[in-house]
Amino acid sequence: MKRISRYRRHKAAGPFLLLFALFAIGTTFNVASATTSAETTAADRSVQIEEGRQIFLKGCSSCHGLNAEGAQIAPSLIGVGAASVDFQVGTGRMPLAEMSAQAMRKDPIYSPEETAALAAYVATLAPGPAIPAESSLNFERDGSTAEGGELFRNNCAMCHNFAGQGGALSQGKYAPTLMGVEPKHIYEAMVTGPQSMPVFSDKTITTEEKMSIIKWIKAAESEPNLGGASLGRVGPVTEGLLGWVLGLGMLIGVAVWLAMKAR
Amino acid sequence: MSNEIEAIQDPGLPAHVHRKADTDPAAANRAERQVAILFGISALGTVLLIVSYIFIPDDLFIFIPVMGNQNAHQLGLGLGMAISLFFIGMGAIHWAKTLMPDTEVVAQRHELRSPDSDRKDFVDAVKSGAGAAGLGRRSLIKRSLGAALGLSALSPLLLLRDLGPLPGKELEKTSWKSGTYLVTDPGNRRIKDSDLEVGAVAQVLPEIADPEHRKLSDIAKDAVLLIRLRPQEFNLEADKLAMTHDGIIAFSKICSHMGCAVALYEQQTKHLLCPCHQSTFDVTRGAKVIFGPSARPLPQLDITIDDEGYLVARQPFSEPVGPSFWERNSQ
Repeated sequence: MKRISRYRRHKAAGPFLLLFALFAIGTTFNVASATTSAETTAADRSVQIEEGRQIFLKGCSSCHGLNAEGAQIAPSLIGVGAASVDFQVGTGRMPLAEMSAQAMRKDPIYSPEETAALAAYVATLAPGPAIPAESSLNFERDGSTAEGGELFRNNCAMCHNFAGQGGALSQGKYAPTLMGVEPKHIYEAMVTGPQSMPVFSDKTITTEEKMSIIKWIKAAESEPNLGGASLGRVGPVTEGLLGWVLGLGMLIGVAVWLAMKAR
Repeated sequence: MSNEIEAIQDPGLPAHVHRKADTDPAAANRAERQVAILFGISALGTVLLIVSYIFIPDDLFIFIPVMGNQNAHQLGLGLGMAISLFFIGMGAIHWAKTLMPDTEVVAQRHELRSPDSDRKDFVDAVKSGAGAAGLGRRSLIKRSLGAALGLSALSPLLLLRDLGPLPGKELEKTSWKSGTYLVTDPGNRRIKDSDLEVGAVAQVLPEIADPEHRKLSDIAKDAVLLIRLRPQEFNLEADKLAMTHDGIIAFSKICSHMGCAVALYEQQTKHLLCPCHQSTFDVTRGAKVIFGPSARPLPQLDITIDDEGYLVARQPFSEPVGPSFWERNSQ
């Protein structure tokens, strides 16, 4: 103790103590908040809904309205369903970081438990698409890659690119890449139609067909690049750029060297 | 000052400048070593190719910065072959530039006309050959040969027919008729109006007796995009509004500019985009063109429901779908 107290008048002691205190508070808070229970039984369902309402009032109501009725800057959430909340909040798109052309994917702000509570609350406002059960998302068993590819080319490839890499829409909006997106979120996006994306209802593209689409996307994700660098798999744009800049540049360099006189 | 233009003197060849390797034996030896090194690198490239082919498993993937994950086997083959070929060329050029003779040589052009004796020999040879073949006497051979040669010229002309036939009225017709059911693609299931939520889209095709053998050339004209909006969102003339059913509107999916599949539907703005040239159509105003090169709105299909609620076409398309063509009555 004596050895430590010797340094108490050192000029770095103040900042060090401050850092230490911040660190200690941060870690203990994290440990404390991580211990909150996540179990959802029928009994504490109302507790979860109430918790979701509290989170909604704090985090969402300033844009979406106190009763989720929507406002000038944000749509109504009545009837969007739990699936929509799980997609928007679970992929970090909501809450918005800024008012831009489109909400971007980022690390989720809310924990899975808080997201579930929010979804449970919004689902009570009016009936809407529910979050699919984990057991119903067995795309490996229920899907067919070939059929999924056909469906993808008919319905998804125009916006999300033929290899699921995403693409541009109008006015700064874009269709995001599908690589690395969880099957649950892909499914929820198809049934809820987030942002610019239209709804692909279960009647026109059945649940099994959606599993096929997910299976195809997962197959595209693990597709090896046998031909070398994939160049983003966006086709002629990067390939042409590389051909014109690097290929022609090298040819010009060689031509200049060919014509140079040896000394 | 004289107005006469002075004749430009032929400046002749510039003075020859010797290379270092021509004058300095040490420089020549250095150049020789450089050429040998270049050929050596090429040999190493070939070794790399052989080693990659034999020893690198073809399912090994390695990560290379900038280029990403890639197949080591293919990369080794490609790099090896590129190095092997490129450095042979580079060595040969360096050899020619530094060590081979570089003195300018003048080669005078000879006259193009053959000597008279050669020309006379040729005429004699043709005449005696023709006489020996008996072309003058054996007229049957001459005529049949002429006929064969003439007919053989017809075959390329005949193949020109493959450029046709003209499409005729084909481009103006689709498989949609009055009473044709709308079916999903793929799947070929009939669709009820209640199957589509607000904001939903679906690609549909006309129902045909044998959906397993649908022709691609038919799909290219028949594809239709169904979109459901809230009925009050439409801003249509009465006749176009009558062609919708309870907020469901059906457009030809074939772009009226160049025939791409128009299906980038932005649910919030209600705009349909063509991915090829960014033509943008406003769905609420009957696919009116609001941006891009397209000249016409997308043709709208007149739809309604049958007694059981299945969506069905009330009439065929009233105008040809897809891009303009020569015989189209442009409007």
